Amino acid sequence: MVENEVRLLPDDDGSWRLEAYLRQGGYQAARKALTAMAPEAVVAEVCGAVIRGRGGAGFPAGRKWGFIPKDATRPKYLCVNADEGEPGTFKDRLILLRSPHALLEGMLIAAFGVGIRTAFIYLRGEYAGLAARLEEAIAEARAAGYLGPRVLGTEFGLDVVVHPGAGAYICGEETALLESVEGRRGQPRVKPPFPATVGLFRSPTVINNVETLAAVPGIIAHGASWFLGRGLPTDGGTRLFGVSGAVRRPGVYELAVGTPLRTIIEVHAGGPPGGRSIKAVVPGGLSAPILLPEELDVAMDVDSLAKAGSMLGSAGIVVIPDGTPMLDVLQVTARFYAHESCGKCTPCRIGTSWIFKTVDRIRSAGGGPEDLDLILRLADGIRGRTLCPFGEGAALPIRALVTKFRDELEQAVAR
Amino acid sequence: MTFTPSPAALERIEKTIALYPEKLAAILPVLHIIQESSGYIPRDAEAWVAVKLAVEPVRVREILSFYTMFRRVPGGKHTLRVCRNLSCSLAGAEDILDFIKDKLGIGPGETTPDGVIALVAVECLGNCDHAPCLQVNGVDRGPVTRETVAAIIEELKAHG
Repeated sequence: MVENEVRLLPDDDGSWRLEAYLRQGGYQAARKALTAMAPEAVVAEVCGAVIRGRGGAGFPAGRKWGFIPKDATRPKYLCVNADEGEPGTFKDRLILLRSPHALLEGMLIAAFGVGIRTAFIYLRGEYAGLAARLEEAIAEARAAGYLGPRVLGTEFGLDVVVHPGAGAYICGEETALLESVEGRRGQPRVKPPFPATVGLFRSPTVINNVETLAAVPGIIAHGASWFLGRGLPTDGGTRLFGVSGAVRRPGVYELAVGTPLRTIIEVHAGGPPGGRSIKAVVPGGLSAPILLPEELDVAMDVDSLAKAGSMLGSAGIVVIPDGTPMLDVLQVTARFYAHESCGKCTPCRIGTSWIFKTVDRIRSAGGGPEDLDLILRLADGIRGRTLCPFGEGAALPIRALVTKFRDELEQAVAR
Repeated sequence: MTFTPSPAALERIEKTIALYPEKLAAILPVLHIIQESSGYIPRDAEAWVAVKLAVEPVRVREILSFYTMFRRVPGGKHTLRVCRNLSCSLAGAEDILDFIKDKLGIGPGETTPDGVIALVAVECLGNCDHAPCLQVNGVDRGPVTRETVAAIIEELKAHG
């Protein structure tokens, strides 16, 4: 458990100002990187910290930075993925609210390491209310010389633009995000080429999640081994675990990567309220296949969740209490993916919509085991047949719900 | 009739376009600025944006028909966005939504006949520790109850 240590997320809401951030040693890591380290050393340090992407894919951030070609002639770009749309996820919102300068400092370090001079923050449309504070933090940083043409008096410069989304879950997918910044529909691109070589405006591009970048100053300030020691050797650091649903203390908890799911729910979030018990848990945002009460001792790291047949994803934990009709959970899940499929790949566009229609039909008019088989067949028809991970993200949780709660669902829809 | 943005909106639009290496990239923020000042994206504004960004009008239309936050028809003076995803539904979002529908006499996607309140049912607003949650003109509220929602609606109606 991490207490009274360097924290990613300050507790009080007034801490977002530059002055407060500087009092906690803010921008010292950027100063160290820009004035005392070579760019390659910065990338090497972040590689050594094994910080795995906090957006959902879990790819090591340092390695991602290392893919950017050294001899690129085009300008390179940094895109911050602040399109936090994975249902059950609300951690990046808190970073943007309470610690925007940690994000900006992380961006500065990433940009210096990779040789980037322009960055875009893709802020989901529904977070427009956070834009003003973010813009103000950027203005504070620029006025104090932490952003702009000559950062900290060095030759290095970085400009930051906040780019507003407009309501499309798919734009959290990195190539859809690039399309959206370029001014088109957010529909994923064919990979390869990967964004590291052909990304934004056809240039080499780094795309990182808000939390990933906000953790970078700590890595540079205290070193890769410090960061690694706070988590697991294969998955370093602490993470922000968001807990919602049936718990006494819903909220975001900063804990070591690898903390058991049951500990997060029972100890930190206080477990289910007043005599309720847990029926199931979504461990990493809606796209993460559901876990049963006997599966909650799993360690919350990328590899352990994958082994358990689920996904750490965005680490947004949703606790479903006893008495919840799983047909309702299935309906909410199916509706979400049908609504958010971008329409580019036919198996996903048609599959998610048929699944939703089937769920809706059996929910209102009843059905039989063959309807549940149909849903499974449709889910399997999506898997592996889409350009982006949205297809898997829709098929796997639906499959898990139907498989793990088959008896209950059959009874619920029996005519 | 051709669309003309207000001088203030035009100034913001020009500044926004200058932030990007390619004009088309400014389309989302530009459309947000127009919707903020006009309440929706009028048909004439689509053509205006196309000319401004030097693209075919279809480029603007395909954006408007893809991103759910843009409106091509006038909405309400106030907008209620009610979350109905998992965390909120566990906390009674459907009941809250039914209560609002009943209270306003309209369904999601509709606006009260007096044009005061538009109701939108949305997926996750990323405010799950405050479930059930909603947004009133973009401002987060939650956890809400039937009582707090009733008070919000009364307040919006009083503002007219």
